[in-house]
Amino acid sequence: MLSQYLFFFLSFVAIVSALMVLLSKKPIHSVLYLTLTFFTLAGHYILLNAQFLAVVHIIVYAGAIMVLFLFTVMLLNLNIEGEFQKSHIMKIVAAIGGGMIFLVLIGTLKSFDVATVGTPELTQIGLVKNLGKTLYSDYLLPFELSSILFLSAMVGAVMLGKKDKN
Amino acid sequence: METTIAQIQVIPLQYYILFCSALFSIGVIGVLAKRNALVIFMSVELMLNSANLLLTAFSAYRNDPAGQIFVFFIMVVAAAEVAIGLALLVVVYRSTKTIDINALNRLKW
Repeated sequence: MLSQYLFFFLSFVAIVSALMVLLSKKPIHSVLYLTLTFFTLAGHYILLNAQFLAVVHIIVYAGAIMVLFLFTVMLLNLNIEGEFQKSHIMKIVAAIGGGMIFLVLIGTLKSFDVATVGTPELTQIGLVKNLGKTLYSDYLLPFELSSILFLSAMVGAVMLGKKDKN
Repeated sequence: METTIAQIQVIPLQYYILFCSALFSIGVIGVLAKRNALVIFMSVELMLNSANLLLTAFSAYRNDPAGQIFVFFIMVVAAAEVAIGLALLVVVYRSTKTIDINALNRLKW
């Protein structure tokens, strides 16, 4: 029963903080609420017995991506309150559109009966040992290619961030 | 151990579908309703994360490691995307002195 309560608690916190990302006026508050969402998602990963992904999620998102966002907010001095707002009609239209997407997704997937083979507690695939074995045997080529992707992303970010001489 | 297995089985996969759909829709609303480019980036991250969580849930319930491997690669791509995106944002801010997404509408023509 405990895991179910934990699931509902984590889901509630994640939804509320995701809404607060949109509702808060200052960008820095949005970044902090997004960090909270990421931590609750890491809790979800642990609940699914995907420990490797939980650790990677915290390192990549809370460690790297959030720091990047915070640096951008601070360096560009973007912490201005309500400088530009869309009109109320646009906001209502956006909310209706998003709500429609939610309804369509729910309506499609409601009757979708998934045959569950394993249970999160029984499966050992999320552990570092088993996932590492799969990653380094079946998915070795994509893993190495992702390092090239990272290298090119790093070079691109440096190229873009460099000041023009002329 | 046996009791914990019985407890875990209580969470249906449908709940994960519901939760991830809600999170994805919040991301969509954020992209549509906001004009701050930084907040739009964050909404994109929310959508990526909801897809990640659903992939992990399916992989755990189906006992198939491929889903979790894909989540790992999505995280790799998301990290690269954020690095490039924020660098672009800095460049845009340097040239236009704002990150209002409407300042970029001249890219349409």
